[in-house]
Amino acid sequence: MNTDGDLLHTVTADNISDARKRLGKTMVWGSALLCASMAVLQAAYQAEHISIGFETWRPILYAYMLWATALCLAQVIVNGEKGKRTLFVLPAALFVVSLVIFPLLFALYISFTDWNLASPNGPQPNGFDNLYQMWNDSFYWNALKNMVYYVLAVSVEYVLAFALALLLNAQIRARKFFRVVFLLPLMLSPVAVSWMIGKSMFEVRFGPVSRLIREFGGEPTFFGNPEIARFMIMAMDAWTFIPFMMIMLLAGLQALPREVLEASKVDGASGWQSFKEIVFPLMLPVSVTAVVIRIIFKLKLADVIINVTSGGPGGATDSVTSFIFREYRDRSNVGYGTLLAMVYLVLIVIFVTLLLKLVSRWMERPA
Amino acid sequence: MTAIFKEHESDRRVTSKWWASRIAIYTALFIWMIVCLFPILWTITTSFKLAPDVMKGNLIPWWDFTPRWKGWESIGISPRLIGEVSTVREEFLKRFWNSTIISISAALLAVLLGSLAAYGLSRFSYRFGFMKNSDISFFFLSQMILPPVVLALPFLILYKSLGLLDSRIGLILLYTLMVLPIVIWIMRDQFHGIPIELEEAALVDGLGIWGAFMQIVLPIALPGMVAAFILSLVLCWNEYFFAALLTSSNASTLPVMVASQTGSQGINWWSMAALSSAAILPLVIVAIFLEKYIIKGMAAGAVK
Repeated sequence: MNTDGDLLHTVTADNISDARKRLGKTMVWGSALLCASMAVLQAAYQAEHISIGFETWRPILYAYMLWATALCLAQVIVNGEKGKRTLFVLPAALFVVSLVIFPLLFALYISFTDWNLASPNGPQPNGFDNLYQMWNDSFYWNALKNMVYYVLAVSVEYVLAFALALLLNAQIRARKFFRVVFLLPLMLSPVAVSWMIGKSMFEVRFGPVSRLIREFGGEPTFFGNPEIARFMIMAMDAWTFIPFMMIMLLAGLQALPREVLEASKVDGASGWQSFKEIVFPLMLPVSVTAVVIRIIFKLKLADVIINVTSGGPGGATDSVTSFIFREYRDRSNVGYGTLLAMVYLVLIVIFVTLLLKLVSRWMERPA
Repeated sequence: MTAIFKEHESDRRVTSKWWASRIAIYTALFIWMIVCLFPILWTITTSFKLAPDVMKGNLIPWWDFTPRWKGWESIGISPRLIGEVSTVREEFLKRFWNSTIISISAALLAVLLGSLAAYGLSRFSYRFGFMKNSDISFFFLSQMILPPVVLALPFLILYKSLGLLDSRIGLILLYTLMVLPIVIWIMRDQFHGIPIELEEAALVDGLGIWGAFMQIVLPIALPGMVAAFILSLVLCWNEYFFAALLTSSNASTLPVMVASQTGSQGINWWSMAALSSAAILPLVIVAIFLEKYIIKGMAAGAVK
């Protein structure tokens, strides 16, 4: 895309008077000053330097929102037509920045304290103690190792999703019916799924699946054995998210140029040949997008684990998110938990950046 | 006529091969259909079972067990109890209402903010400090990578000091943040597909850029916005992690309610099944009737 110069040109003759410019600037700086001074006063009140203040910080939030509104309005007042353009992006940008950047900085601070919500002392900076603790925390490393397994499971999901997309793209009757049915698992909440499948269908005593296994003379264990438990979690997660990849791949299949496929048929290619030589290579970009997005979703995996196994047996099914969730729920260990989360974020950013780099290099390689 | 040609040896081979592939395709389709539907069927039938039926593994209503309302009575929804006052039903409806309000407002807010940003990014060039358009887009989309767990604990503390803990507003803000990148991703694709000439014509006719956006572009992009809205709605409705951390009694949503029931020992299967069915039913209905939009939303951006 051409990024220099607007795609939609507008010619405007804005005569913005100095008074108007001053008004805009006063609005922004005035509300910023109000917000900042309220914050300082409230901080002083919380530190018990002064005796009057608000019960919570919420008035400061209102002041901040006032400042944000003033900033948006001032764009139009000061910059005229150009400001109206900025107004498209500015609200979303302000929203994301204030809800992400500020908490992230705050998280960075917490992660180097020994803050435990159960202790009365509040946060005390403790240098690199949390890092040392992390280094020796075998459960955290175990959770990271599990994440590797979980991410690798995406490849199997991809194969299944591709097969299903091909099926739906074939000449079949009742295509819409099958599409709706195949989409359904994605609609269900992971929590409900973890009860429906994990806790009832695969219940060891009465679940229908264990009964079926007994019928064939086996002895069912699902969440007692580490390997099987991990596989079960993968399967449940796959069950919900295969439709996601399937639909992206189906959209890709339907956008394939018909002529090429017909030409290959005329040239006498068998079904497998035309898939291997034409469909799959043409589908590569879509596949890569689907897999990358799926991996990003996979890195957030937690709901099913929290509800079905809570990480057991012996941490075999723990994902990083579920581990940190329990670190907070069971021990209220905010400082240490946040450090683990920040380390995880750094690892994810490195991993995804490398992945994207690799993918783009691999895609540009002449075939 | 045709029968004559089908007698031929090679023709017969082709027909049998065609039939074989038909059978293979439909077998695969039916197997996966069972994989998809069986858990849902199991949950819904279990909600009408009594304990002995669960133990015996009876599956088909009226044939091997008699449907009873016991499961639904435990959340106060059954023909017998519907007229009476019931605390469990109030509890359930409160959660249901929370889920509805939170997911709809978050999805609306995300679609509003996201469409504006996506439109701006697809039409004008910006420069915020060192950031140009592609950087701004990347900044928005990169939020998708951010795992919820990183934000969860800081938000817990921030919300505590802001008095937003256990409030709907708090969850709405977070959910909006969570789905915003997806909305921007879908909408950017939508706006790229709308020819700029339309807006240029509108500008010539005397509309401002906001006028052109509201009157010309929005109606065209509406299906895309509906797709983004539905997809956001689904994600927000099902979200569990933030809801579990940031709400307790006041603003907690349906998934939290379902999860809190599973924690107790000696679960009543029928009542859990009724609760799960009630939690998934709205989205199953959405899926059946609005499937077109969901698919459209997910396909956007996948195919360039």
